[in-house]
Amino acid sequence: MEAFLLQLFIFLAAAAISVPIAKKLGLGSVLGYLMAGIVIGPFGAALIHDVEAIMHFTEFGVVMMLFLVGLELKPSLLWQLRTPILGFGGAQVLISSVFIWGVAVVFLPWQQALAIGLILSLSSTAIVLQTLQEKGKMKTEAGQSVFAVLLFQDLAVIPMLAILPLLATLTISGGAHHDSVLFDISTLPNYIQILVTISAIVFVLMTGKFACRPIFRTIANTGVREIFVAAALGLVIGTSLLMMTVGLSPALGAFLAGVVLADSEFRHELESDIEPFKGLLLGIFFISIGASLNFTLISDSFLLILGLTCGLIAIKGLVLLLVSVVFKISKQERPLFAIALAQGGEFAFVLFQLTKTSGVLSIEVIEPLISAVAISMFLAPVMFVIHEKMSHKPNKKPVEASKDVIEKGDHKVILAGFGRLGTDIGRFLISAGIKPVILDHDANNVSLLRKLGFEVYYGDATRLDLLESAGAATAELLVITLGDTESAKQLVALAKKHYPQLKIVVNAHDREAAFEFMDLEIEHIYRETLGTALNMGQAAMKQLGVDPYEVHRLKQIFYKKDVEMMPELYKLRCEEEKYIVLYQKHHERLEELMKLDHNENLMALDKAWTAKNPEL
Amino acid sequence: MKKILINFAHPAKSRSNINIALRNAVENIEHVTVNDLYANYPDFMIDIKREQALCEAHDIIIFQHPFYWYSTPAIMKEWLDLVLEHGWAYGTEGKALAGKVFFQAITTGGDASNYQKDGYNEFTLKELTAPYRATAKLCRLTWLPPFVVTGVHQGLEPEEIQSYSAEYKRTLIALRDSLLDLEVLTQQETLNNNHLVSRSE
Repeated sequence: MEAFLLQLFIFLAAAAISVPIAKKLGLGSVLGYLMAGIVIGPFGAALIHDVEAIMHFTEFGVVMMLFLVGLELKPSLLWQLRTPILGFGGAQVLISSVFIWGVAVVFLPWQQALAIGLILSLSSTAIVLQTLQEKGKMKTEAGQSVFAVLLFQDLAVIPMLAILPLLATLTISGGAHHDSVLFDISTLPNYIQILVTISAIVFVLMTGKFACRPIFRTIANTGVREIFVAAALGLVIGTSLLMMTVGLSPALGAFLAGVVLADSEFRHELESDIEPFKGLLLGIFFISIGASLNFTLISDSFLLILGLTCGLIAIKGLVLLLVSVVFKISKQERPLFAIALAQGGEFAFVLFQLTKTSGVLSIEVIEPLISAVAISMFLAPVMFVIHEKMSHKPNKKPVEASKDVIEKGDHKVILAGFGRLGTDIGRFLISAGIKPVILDHDANNVSLLRKLGFEVYYGDATRLDLLESAGAATAELLVITLGDTESAKQLVALAKKHYPQLKIVVNAHDREAAFEFMDLEIEHIYRETLGTALNMGQAAMKQLGVDPYEVHRLKQIFYKKDVEMMPELYKLRCEEEKYIVLYQKHHERLEELMKLDHNENLMALDKAWTAKNPEL
Repeated sequence: MKKILINFAHPAKSRSNINIALRNAVENIEHVTVNDLYANYPDFMIDIKREQALCEAHDIIIFQHPFYWYSTPAIMKEWLDLVLEHGWAYGTEGKALAGKVFFQAITTGGDASNYQKDGYNEFTLKELTAPYRATAKLCRLTWLPPFVVTGVHQGLEPEEIQSYSAEYKRTLIALRDSLLDLEVLTQQETLNNNHLVSRSE
């Protein structure tokens, strides 16, 4: 136990020290983790051992990342991306494999060369996605194309797992069957294997589509947060386990589960629950990659590994450039696309392991290649940094004047609370073409509203991570319609602290609540009953036969004066006595003012309409 | 330097090209204040005191608006009805506006040929804006003919919009710096092409 805690402490401490330093230097967190790995690894301070085991365990971070990626990808979006995925991805994997095979076949038998070609054509999903997200490049053209290629690669791993053992030319040393904890599918006849595999996928899709939401809703209704986290983790781990049992990539399974749940109201909640686990696991995974760099081997066969690394990056980079030209990615985006994917990937470690156990490649061939892959992965974030520095210079802005008309659909609005008040605000905004992201913590309410076609997400809006997932960092406006003043104040404080760019509009239960929001320096506060009260008053007066336009005018004047006297009342409310006096005074003054305004307006109207100039 | 107040009225700014272009051209000129009536009073609750103070603080008052039904958008009429109070704008005591310059900057859908005696509308723009001339007189304002952009409905070419905007800007600067002969201007049909009437001194 102590030993485990010590190891954990070393990992976490190394991350906590190195990542901030790397970020400060503008290198990104991935590079920070990798360097931390080198420092604490066997060739640095030698603080950790059993690196390989840790790497295998933390590989699960990749699975979680793909689950999160899936959550971001609605099935409709995935369908839209089908051309880039098959086109870019297919071309990249195919051409890279052929090129690398062409080089390797000079030195090795063709089967071994082919295995190397396939394995090295893959890039590092973990490093690339993490870096792109950190640099905010996911939504760029290059970012989307990179993502499409990575997705294809993740899918391509599955047939590779099947093909690689067929390339065996060496005698197998140990047992080569895969070690499933549940049961070994390879003992079944072929057609049943296929059947089991397909039904596993269908099971994941169906469960995600039909079973997950009622289950999550039930759990959400208990209001116990950690149970929801447990269920979310259970979902990801269970899916992975099922996929591994039927011989598929767990990453693929998690990705599918994510895609199926992307449309559900629990999307943001799931995202914010899984995110920290993913971050930690990936961080430790990167550290273990850094730690696994075998410096003895690297210094012994320095030139060989240097050549392999450079060759790998050069070939992949060139192929990517070629793909980007063929598929007409715009000129300025091409370098990023090429650089982003020119490294080897973490799947290479897994697949090389497989080729070793199934007798495709010998350990002498694998070792330098693994080092080259690891170094290329280490270089990937470095290349991102270099690219960023280089591309900063020619930052010419297009000359054409931009139209300052903002499309209403582009506004990013978060609506917290979808109760009595929130529903009407939401309807109103949507009718004007503004689609808010709606957060509500009543699971039944949420599912009903989603049936009606609203984009509503389940969750407690006063939680920072949920706000983050709902896009608070890039949103423009936060509309708060929570019934409970304390929660609303908490949310206001949170939003002001973490998202200072957010404009805030809030409802106040009554005048006192409005004062409390004024304490928090909120400008746009709406007392929830005032509007209705005045509208009812207007209707009542009309029933009494008062002239409709006059009543309307009176209402507007009343409202204006009432709003105007709020700041003064606020100033003095602490002193209770004064407040009451002032309040009475204001009422008197209000009456006076209303009479006065009323007369003024009527006089003005009179003058205008009768146009009686006494001098004429 | 004279101070210029532009009372701007357009109820559908997102659908306007020329009015926004004109406004953008002059908005940042020194001593020019743009008062967007529909933006400030979406509920037509015009703040009379504020509006009167604005008028008092400026020397030249412009009504910039599309020419709706041979007149202004509704809020401008409301403005006239409420702000131009007896005893302030007119009447024996009403001298707040006396001596200030007033004109309209209008955009019309039809082209210039419509606004001729023998044209489709049968009246010239100078004739159709007569109520404002009368209003100006009653308020002791110095009236100038309108600055006019015609033919908006057929769609103006970007170069035309640019040239109108430049001319509007030039006119405002010339008026601000008292470079134009107002006497001569008053005789003109429109305020456009005023570079011919620079003061000779």
